[in-house]
Formats: sequence, structure tokens, C-alpha cells
Amino acid sequence: MTQIDGTPNGSDNDHKVNGQMVTVDGTPLKASLKRAERKRTLIAFLLVAPLLTYLLISFIFPIGQMMWRSVDNPQLVSVLPKTLEALQDWDGEGIPDEPVFEALAQELTVASANRTIGRVAVRLNYEISAARGALMRTSRSAEDMEPPYKEAFLDAHRLWNETEFYRIIKREGRPLTASYYVAAFDGTYNEDGEIVMQDENRRIYIDLFIRTFSMSLGITLLTLLLGFPISFLMASLPMRKANLLMIFVLLPFWTSLLVRTTSWIVLLQQQGVINELLIFLGVIGEDGRLGMIYNMTGTIIAMTHILLPFMVLPLYSVMKTIPPSYVRAAKSLGATPWTAFWRIYVPQTLPGIGAGAVLVFIISIGYYITPALVGGQSGQMISNLIAYHMQTSLNWGLAAALGSVLLISVLILYWVYNRLVGADSLKLG
Amino acid sequence: MENENPGEVFVAFDRVQKSYDGEELVVKDLNLAISKGEFLTMLGPSGSGKTTCLMMLAGFETATYGDILLDGKAINNIPPHKRGIGMVFQNYALFPHMTIGENLAFPLEVRGIDKSEREAKVMNALSMVQMESFAGRRPAQLSGGQQQRVALARALVFEPELVLMDEPLGALDKNLREQMQYEIKHLHDQLGITVVYVTHDQTEALTMSDRIAVFDDGRIQQLASPADLYERPENAFVAQFIGENNKMKGKIESKDGDIVTVRLDDGSAVQSLAISAHETDEKTTLSLRPERVFVVKEGQSFSNCFDAKVEELIYLGDHIRSRLSVCGRNDFIMKVPNSSDNHSMRKGQSIRIGWSEQDCRALDAS
Ligand SMILES: Nc1ncnc2c1ncn2[C@@H]1O[C@H](COP(=O)(O)OP(=O)(O)OP(=O)(O)O)[C@@H](O)[C@H]1O
Ligand SMILES: [Mg+2]
Repeated sequence: MTQIDGTPNGSDNDHKVNGQMVTVDGTPLKASLKRAERKRTLIAFLLVAPLLTYLLISFIFPIGQMMWRSVDNPQLVSVLPKTLEALQDWDGEGIPDEPVFEALAQELTVASANRTIGRVAVRLNYEISAARGALMRTSRSAEDMEPPYKEAFLDAHRLWNETEFYRIIKREGRPLTASYYVAAFDGTYNEDGEIVMQDENRRIYIDLFIRTFSMSLGITLLTLLLGFPISFLMASLPMRKANLLMIFVLLPFWTSLLVRTTSWIVLLQQQGVINELLIFLGVIGEDGRLGMIYNMTGTIIAMTHILLPFMVLPLYSVMKTIPPSYVRAAKSLGATPWTAFWRIYVPQTLPGIGAGAVLVFIISIGYYITPALVGGQSGQMISNLIAYHMQTSLNWGLAAALGSVLLISVLILYWVYNRLVGADSLKLG
Repeated sequence: MENENPGEVFVAFDRVQKSYDGEELVVKDLNLAISKGEFLTMLGPSGSGKTTCLMMLAGFETATYGDILLDGKAINNIPPHKRGIGMVFQNYALFPHMTIGENLAFPLEVRGIDKSEREAKVMNALSMVQMESFAGRRPAQLSGGQQQRVALARALVFEPELVLMDEPLGALDKNLREQMQYEIKHLHDQLGITVVYVTHDQTEALTMSDRIAVFDDGRIQQLASPADLYERPENAFVAQFIGENNKMKGKIESKDGDIVTVRLDDGSAVQSLAISAHETDEKTTLSLRPERVFVVKEGQSFSNCFDAKVEELIYLGDHIRSRLSVCGRNDFIMKVPNSSDNHSMRKGQSIRIGWSEQDCRALDAS
């Protein structure tokens, strides 16, 4: 903010009271300045207020909600409070004592009557399969149970005979849980309650995260490889031709995602245009048809196409501002065209490369629809699994944890990018 | 002066033509020989093809027709980076991602000069323009004048024999421009390089150059030393473009040796030097510098004397600029030196003015 100099030298408006600058009507200059500033701040705030409200409702609040859901664990705490209290005295070895089962029988009866038992059953089922069946069955008979309850429970379902089950109930009997995050990183709890990795064959998410990141990286590199020359060309062409080219680049924005994806399917499938053409040309045999869709290749091809504009636009806008005189100067100084391009031109496009790469990478990390449509098994990305957990398995806690991991890794990447190229982007040259 | 004793020809344009669009010639039949060590300025109005000529010389544009020779060899097919010509661009074109030191080291680096020698040369070049202490800064951290100096040093650091400058001072304010003019001229004398300089500022051209090529409409209108250009313009365009000039149109009535009598449109007859119009009945434009017109005092006589009326007086300190109506026109300018006896002139006053036929030049009619 500019500091207004309060000393108009030698003019008639030079008023001073007690060594303090005042305006013509006698208010202290500082106060009147502040009043003027306040008005400006208020106007600025009013101008952004609608957007701010909108963002708050549509973005910040849902994201906060999501992150909260990834640790929120209210089910057991609200339905089985007495059981959990009784479990506090249990040392974690063997089967708990009678008071636990007495409380359990009582609370299961209530929960069964007011149908809150389902939530607990589903919650515990995330941790150990068969928990749902055990709880539903037991709760129906809990009303008729007689002391000693312990025996009755042990007879009711085999899970009640497993120490593991009580450990899980005790662990998840807290209002906040880390178990969704543990699951999101393919972890699990062992008998001693320590976090360990899942068995090799049950790990999903870490591999999927790695695949998502490497596919996004590949797509980013591809868009850069394809986008750089076209942006370069557009930046050096006269306006009219550049605009025409720009239309071709922007075409993906103008056609519906579904239409585009469908045309990729037509082109790339086993019986598709490209395979038929290759067979017709004799490049491949009838049994050598290429699988270019419903796998990782399909996802990468389609997403590169869709995300290309996000690379070209920032690149083009940066390149357009680089006057040709730099490269000319380099050549006049004795640099070969390649040296001039590599040492002088490319470093100046770094802000564009950085912006385009970050944009494409971040968008592709969270991309959902294209992998879902053309990705098959091997072309799925983490967001497809998040969608699965939200829509099919209804494990919102895990979906939220996976989403939060994604969000946090993007933020970390952005921070790293900022450290490396953001503030000092020119250093890399 | 250089042109009176031309040294060996270093740069030559031989019947060079240039068209960008295949329809219009931007440079029409350019013939120009520049000697080694010469400071030659291309001066002309905007769009007259100066930059185009420079770019052809540097290799960034190709001549549509004709040859450009450097040291006797045609360079049409040599790419810019092999020409070894230093160039200063109007916007300086300092590489923004490099420090000043790196900018200067760049031409040496691409020539494979090793590091210690490079550093010595960079410091030497920077000290030529008094910028040693700025080697670690980036171009954005320098003022316009400092950037301009660095650009100059960078164009000189690899010791080219020929340096091209395209309006290098265009972006600077007047004081700085004058100072830089002096410095560039000084470096030129000191290093013995050949400089081809482009400007559309005539004062700059007059103060710096050995010879000036006045461009208009893709042609060199006149190629001469600054003094010749001012004193002896060969056509109406040059007379009008360089310095101030009273233009009077008329027709040649008679001729006596070098001197022609010209009948002006209002009927008055003027004695004048025949330059590019000679024939009786030929149309001509007379060119007369305002400072060569005098108030006729008693006992003085001029070959051209006329009654005039003072229309306007502008006091300019060292001289008084007066607008007169004379010979049927009212935009006639006379510069009167500021001496005590000239103070008596008043607006509306009738005076008698005169000029020598040697100072009045009969040029082409355009
Ligand atoms: N790249 C180009 N393509 C087409 N026409 C051009 C190009 N560069 C210049 N011209 C045209 O050629 C003519 C001469 O341009 P040039 O830049 O040589 O003029 P100049 O004398 O340097 O003018 P200025 O004093 O304004 O810099 C102009 O009419 C201009 O429009
Ligand atoms: Mg120019």
C-alpha cells in the first residue's frame, strides 16, 4: 500500500496540531486516511463477497466435510457407550468378562428396536468381514438372552469367540479413527494392535496411487511433447493463422466429453478403425490386433487429447510475449539455431511449461470419467476407486480418506513445484 | 573526412532489392559501399526500409535480389551466427534469465573460449562501458541507460569488426541519449570498428556519423557527410528532412552558368544555384535555410532582396525565429541571431530581407 506523504511542503494546506498532521477541517490526517482506506476495503470485500460465499458453500465446506468424514467415527460411540465403558477394564487378552456382555445385550436390544444396529454392523464390517452377520443375528436374539450373557453370546456367533473382534470393537469405540487412512495405505492392524502392511495380494491402493501418479506424469509429458511445438508455431505465426490453429487445439473443449470418448472407442477398439487399417495395410495380422482401449493405453491416449489445451494455452500465452529479438540476438552473438533455442528460448518458456504441467498433472490425478469409460481394468485411476467406495461399497470414510490423501499429495506437489520453479522459475535455465 | 578518402570497401550492398510479400518492394535497388572503420548512419522516416537493410546485413532477412558483400565475399548464404556481426537491438534484447556477466559471456561461450579468458574479456568489456560492478545483476534490475550500455558491451565483447545498431537510443530520454551518443562515438574511435547505425533522429545522425545515408521510399536519397548533407542537399526530400528549410516553388526562367533565375508562383524572380534543375521552363523547388536569410541594413546588398512583413516572433534565447510573409507566402521562416541591433523587430512591421544566390538551391520540383 502506498504511504501518502503527509507533508505538502510549504503549501497553504499545511496544518499542524500538537505536532500531528491534520486535514483542512482539523481531523488528524492519519484518522482520515484510515477512514478512506476502510471504505476502500469495505468495497473490495463487497465485490468479492458473492464469490466468497459461493466458494464457501460449494468448495471449502464440502472439502472440510470430506476431510472430517475420513476420521469421523461416531457409530460405536453413540450406539454402544456402556459396552465400550465396560471394555475399558478388559486387558485385551482372551474373552472379556460378563459385565461387557451384559451391557452389550442391553444395548443390542435397544439398537435392534430402534434400528441403529445397522450402522454399527456396517462400520464393523469394514474392519472384519462377517461382523455384519454376527451383529445382525445376535441383536435379533439379544432380547431373549438370559444371564450369564457371556455363554449366550459365545453360542450366538463364532465371531464372539475371537479375541480379535473385541479388540476391534474397543479400537473403533473412539470418536475419531485412523483406520480409514490405514486402509487407504494398504495397512491393517495385527494382533497386537500395531499397524502393518496388508498381505501382498490384498494391497490395492498404494499401487493405484503409484499408477495414478505415473500415468498423470506420462500424460503431462505427452501433452508437453505435443503441445510445445504447436504453441511454438502458433506464437510465430501471424494472428489469423494462429487463431485457426487455436481452434483445432480448442476443439476438444467444444465437443462433449462423451462424444469424444465414443469416437476414441470407435477408433481404437479391437474391431476399430485403426486396427482394421493396420490389418488392411498388412502391418499386423488378424490375431495381432492391438489392444488400445479398455486398458492403460486407452486412458492415456484419450486423456492426453482431452488435456492438451490445458498445456497449449499457458505455453502459447507465454511464448507470445517472448519477442523474436532474443533468439535473433543469440544468433547474432554466434549461437547456432539449436543453442539459441535451447539456451535462450526454452528457459523463457519455463513459466508456461510449469503452469501447463501443474495444470495437466493436477487435473489428470483426479480424472474420473475417461478412465471409467475407456480404462478397462488396467487403466483405472484412484478416483475410480473413490467413486466405487462412494457409490457401490458405500464406505464413505475410506472414500474420504483416499480423497484427502489425493488432495494432500497435490498440495505437497504444488508446494514442491513452488519451491523449485515458482518463485525463482528462471533459475532452472 | 572518411568519404573524401575512401578506405577499402568492407561492406557492400550491390543492387539489393527486398520484398516481403512479393508485391511491393520495400528496398528498391540499394547500392552502398561502407569502408572499414567508418561510422555510417541510415537515416530516414518510419517505414523507409532501414531496419530491413540492417536485418539483411545481419542475416535475419534474405535479399530478394542482389548481393551483400562482407570483406569482398557474398554473404547471402551464410547463416547469421556465422557472420560474426555484432548487433545492438532497439529493445536491447538482454537475456532476462541470465545475469549481466552471463549475458556477456554467452557469445564467448558459444565460441568455445575457456573460462578464465572469458571472465577477463567480460570484465574488460564491462569496464569499457563503466558497468563492472553490475556483472552479478539481472537485466531487469538495471535502468534503461544501463541496459543499453550492457547491450553495447555484449555486442562488442567478441570483438566483431562490424557492429550494427538499430535505433539503440530510441528508448532513452534526451540527456541520456546525448551522453550515450558520445560514448558510442568514443568507443567507435577507440576500437576502430565499423558501425552501421540506424536512427530517425537527425540530430543524432548529424553528430555521430562519418557519412549518412538518407533513406526514403526504399532508396538512398543522398549519401554524404553530415556537413554536405546539411549544406548541399541534392534533392527536395533531403533538404526538407534534414534541418529546417524554406521551400519555394517556381519555374526556371533563364540560366547563367551555375546561376538560374527562377520565377516564383507570385511573380517574383529569385537568383539561385542550379543543383538538380537546370533547364529553362523546368519546374523547381527552391531550398533556403532560415539562418541564411538576413535583414538588409543600409549599405548592404544581396542578389535577392524582398520586402517582408513580420507575422510572428518567437524568442528562443540565442536566436529569434520570425515568421514572415514574403513573395506571396506567409510561412517563410527567418532565424535572426540575438544581437542588440535585432531587438527592434516588431510584429506587423515591414522590413527588407535578403539572401545570397549561393545559399539558395534549385532542386527537383517534388
Ligand atoms: N516482417 C515483415 N513483413 C512484411 N512487411 C514488413 C516486415 N517488416 C517490415 N515490413 C514493411 O517493410 C517496410 C520497411 O520496414 P522497416 O522496418 O525496414 O522500416 P524502418 O525504416 O526501419 O522504419 P522505422 O523507422 O519505423 O523502424 C514497412 O513498410 C514495413 O511495413
Ligand atoms: Mg526500424
